Amino acid sequence: MTQRITKWPGVELSAADLNEGKVTQTRFRPNAKYAWSAGEAMSRFLAELQNGRLIARTCRSCKRILFPPRMFCEVCFRPTDEWTYIQDTGTIETFSISYLDTDAKRIPDPILVGVVSLDGASPKMGMMHYFGDMTKDEIRIGMRVKAVWKPWEERRGSVLDIRHFGPLRKDAK
Amino acid sequence: MRVGIIGVGMTAFRPSTPEYSWKELMFEAASRAYADAGVDPRTEVDSFVTCAEDYYEGFGIFDEFTPDQLGGALRPVCTVTGDGLQGLANAFMQIQTGLIDIAVVEAHSKASDILTLEGIIEHGLDPIWNKPLGGHPFLIAGLEADAFVRKTRTSVKAFAAVVAKNRTNALRNPLAAYAAKVDAEQVLSSAERFAPLRALDIAAPADGGVVLVLASEAAARRRHANPVWIRGIGWASDSPTLETRDWTQAAYAQLAAEMAYRLAKVRRPATEIDFAEVDDRFSYKELQHLEAVGLAKKGEAGRTVLKGGYDPGGALPVNVAGGSLGCGNVFEATGLHRAAEVALQLRGDAGSHQIDGVRVGVAQSWRYIPSATGAVAVLGVGQ
Repeated sequence: MTQRITKWPGVELSAADLNEGKVTQTRFRPNAKYAWSAGEAMSRFLAELQNGRLIARTCRSCKRILFPPRMFCEVCFRPTDEWTYIQDTGTIETFSISYLDTDAKRIPDPILVGVVSLDGASPKMGMMHYFGDMTKDEIRIGMRVKAVWKPWEERRGSVLDIRHFGPLRKDAK
Repeated sequence: MRVGIIGVGMTAFRPSTPEYSWKELMFEAASRAYADAGVDPRTEVDSFVTCAEDYYEGFGIFDEFTPDQLGGALRPVCTVTGDGLQGLANAFMQIQTGLIDIAVVEAHSKASDILTLEGIIEHGLDPIWNKPLGGHPFLIAGLEADAFVRKTRTSVKAFAAVVAKNRTNALRNPLAAYAAKVDAEQVLSSAERFAPLRALDIAAPADGGVVLVLASEAAARRRHANPVWIRGIGWASDSPTLETRDWTQAAYAQLAAEMAYRLAKVRRPATEIDFAEVDDRFSYKELQHLEAVGLAKKGEAGRTVLKGGYDPGGALPVNVAGGSLGCGNVFEATGLHRAAEVALQLRGDAGSHQIDGVRVGVAQSWRYIPSATGAVAVLGVGQ
């Protein structure tokens, strides 16, 4: 229907009209800055990332190993019990191949994103991250992967201290 | 159907809480409330209501992040973008439907996570009419305080008396963040801010969490609980437009109180209400709100506070726990904190700031600058 309309009623505006101030507009840049306290669980988690380790919390009641760690168990509603390290290897639970970036522009080499269930944590617990050292044709659900860490001096206590997850077996490539 | 409060949980209010994430803060308040009520949130609570504003939290769709630390994962959960008393009204209505037996209301402040508090509050101003002018958003409180002074001929000494009373009251409340022996002279000689308001007339921000557990009368009886009844609750909003609102009185509080009193069958609030917890985040607000909710005649609240009428031993104790001036401004948790304090007083569980023989109390809230929105709850014990 709209394809048949060649001329819309009213005055058409161009980007130039906006830039030249021909259109009444109001601009406001909110001064909104935050510094969240990471809290007990996340602070330790981020510090351990910087050390190249993944840490979880255990719940004695439901016998789960909770990752990412939290000070309370959402199933049992009780404080969690102990810290425990888990492995940086795991299994791809789900993935997507992103052909668009955040600006909705085409990406020549698509980005591989997904969720990894980590070894040592309870089932279906792990991390969402990027995948690398594999092609979109090689990635598959159930694939075994391992964290590829940034060098120590580049780590900042962030989930990006892991560059991406790559194939666990080198010959899988 | 009657609805009662069967559990109260609060964290301490602190200027900052770097040791806690906001989720861990909520978990503590919730754990205390469930222990107080003797309720297991995983099996016995039917609905969870949280109260928050995304801009205060610093991320979008805040409600998405609430279930785990409240015990509400895989359960009915919703967020009210408003003050805690508005959330209390929501939970009250949910129970009135008969679908929900036990509901939980949560509100918190993690104001210490906000680096640019004035900027966040300024962002609530009208983008075309007011924002281009710039200026500190607390100017709105100055405008209103000035209109209140002129209309009611209230002395600024009365503002100072409110601050001295509430900061001093807070000394008896171990949860308060800003308890101090402050006298009126100290307030009147503090730095000028937004005339007629001075530095000490403004409540400082604090972190803290409040959780209440509500139950229908039947559910409360089954659990052998001794509830504090929500006799009536109401809420209202004046025009948000700064240019058309009534600056001299808090119309929103008056309308909210009328609604709450109608439900509670309170005809003469001044004689039927034993004590009040009202919003005092700017000193004059306590006086303006007392007049709006019918607990003082117009123009009388200032004279009464100067005579000690709102002291813990006065005819109408007001903000015995210290108010926001003494406990700190906990933003969307402010109204729920007031309801929690009223409930504790009515149960006789207010510790060293307990007042004797109280049966009916009022909690009143305001949604802070730049809003003209508020709510009122009438709470009582016995038949």
